[in-house]
Amino acid sequence: MPKNINKAYKSPFQLAKERFLKNKLAIASIFFLLFIIGAAIFAPFLTDHDPKKGDLLLIEHAPSEEHILGTDGSGRDNFSRLLYGARISLTVGFSAMIFTLIIGVVTGAIAGYYGGIIDNLLMRLTDLVLALPFLVLALTIIALLEKVTIGIFVTIIAITSWPTLTRIVRGSFLSLREQEFVLGARAIGATDRRIIFKHVIPNAIGPIIVNATLMMATMIIAESALSFIGMGIPQPNPTWGNMLSEAQNIRILRNHPEAWIPPGLGILLTVLAINFIGDGLRDAFDPKSNP
Amino acid sequence: MYAYTIRRVLIFIPMLIMLSIIVFGLAKAAPGDPFTGKILDPTVDPEVFEQQREALGLNDPIPVQYARWASAMATGDFGTSMYYKGKSVQSLIQERALNTIYLGLFSLAITILVAIPIGMYSARNPYSLLDYSATTFGFMGLAIPNFFFGLVAIYLLSIKLGWFPAQGTISGTEIGGWEEWKSRLHHMVLPGITLGLAGTASYMRYMRSEMLDVLKSDYIRTARAKGMGERNILYKQALRNAIIPIITLMGFEFGALLSGAIITEQVFNYPGIGTLFINSIMNRDYPVIMAITLLLGVAILIGNLLADIFYSLVDPRIRYD
Repeated sequence: MPKNINKAYKSPFQLAKERFLKNKLAIASIFFLLFIIGAAIFAPFLTDHDPKKGDLLLIEHAPSEEHILGTDGSGRDNFSRLLYGARISLTVGFSAMIFTLIIGVVTGAIAGYYGGIIDNLLMRLTDLVLALPFLVLALTIIALLEKVTIGIFVTIIAITSWPTLTRIVRGSFLSLREQEFVLGARAIGATDRRIIFKHVIPNAIGPIIVNATLMMATMIIAESALSFIGMGIPQPNPTWGNMLSEAQNIRILRNHPEAWIPPGLGILLTVLAINFIGDGLRDAFDPKSNP
Repeated sequence: MYAYTIRRVLIFIPMLIMLSIIVFGLAKAAPGDPFTGKILDPTVDPEVFEQQREALGLNDPIPVQYARWASAMATGDFGTSMYYKGKSVQSLIQERALNTIYLGLFSLAITILVAIPIGMYSARNPYSLLDYSATTFGFMGLAIPNFFFGLVAIYLLSIKLGWFPAQGTISGTEIGGWEEWKSRLHHMVLPGITLGLAGTASYMRYMRSEMLDVLKSDYIRTARAKGMGERNILYKQALRNAIIPIITLMGFEFGALLSGAIITEQVFNYPGIGTLFINSIMNRDYPVIMAITLLLGVAILIGNLLADIFYSLVDPRIRYD
């Protein structure tokens, strides 16, 4: 008998999973993303060339059997930079997203759950950060620093882009904290911490997951844009943005499309796949949102 | 209405102050003062420099310095560039600002002329071939980084086909009159499309969904029932209502447009505020960086303010509380 009951009542999470699995575009995107991640992880097995070390006798060479996509302006192998570049671009995008997620969820939860003065102060702080667009604020901070490393870069992205997530989390907390089950939990003496983590966050998880996913796409574009203008991950680290940066040289742009089109397509397709997954998750968690 | 406008303007003021505090904080965090980096004459007593610092107010308490800095900024005195010796920041910005404004307006014009008709068509013929193509284009347009699109555009349309120049604002020979404007427009085509791409994609999606909503509404059915012509319904009744959120969106997307301009100008080597900003960062020219940061912030705040006020003007239901 209990088995039948389980069949009839599915948890919201199970329902969302079922809806998501029916979304062909999102599933295809997941496979594509796994392919890219696989290529990034197994880069050492796919190429013998060092992505950071150039051969000064082999500058800007056309594709050959040795160098499938030719070499760049410092004689580095483009194919190995493409593979290792996926590593750094994806890692930076992912860790910046996680970092932002932590700041956004904690501040949003505090603001939405406690309200009052803390809420007011945090909201004014988000206004403050949102007063300038991400790119301008990030560039101004980068201008103040002596040297940018990958860790510092991720931190800059995170501290300039958390407010959007804070507002979303705060919004769902504001409505959830008035619900009966939170009142009930409080009545039986649950601590704030327990209420936030066990009762409120699980109910607000849908929009958080969707926004975090879409945010990762934004982060990957942000990294590549900043690297493209030479203000991001410093050379000789391979990233897709750094590879595209080479194409600012008109000679490479004209004569070596094989050097800059693959990293550009890499960014485009990865971002597209992440956006499809994000949209799929949104439809799965909230079927009403689909127009 | 008036009450709303006044309240909205009153919110603008603390936002402006907060913005100026951030920029002042960033400016203070910048290493060095007017004396560092210059080769100090060793025959001059260091005491003299200290006196100069005192005279320039660099040793005053921070709030005093902020007040002085803010009043200078408010009167358009942004100081002198550290890199272009002796040139005032104001003149550097003035040289470039018009180029960026032209580029922004040009890309906005492309965006509007493309996004609104296609969005309307998609809403009237949903799930048609053109609607699907437009949706696909919308997804691509939002996912493609503008610098990659710019590079592809230069490669195909400038290098391969030779239709458009790849960089700059004019070829150099045409000065003054109609010829100069023709050359300017010709140079603006590729950067304009690149800058307008993301906006076109998102406005198109908004226009489609707004128009779909409006076409389902009661007053459209009433207009049809009265026997009003389809053209009249579409352009007089539906478009006017559907376009309101689009115009508001423009105010809020102003920041995105400016950020996009920074990257786009860099791709096309277009001499605007964006390239000045990037070059100043490379040269660590802090007075220029801070002035541009502040100006962009103020421009965005004004954009948001105008969008809010405009929204309340055209839609009397909007009330602030």
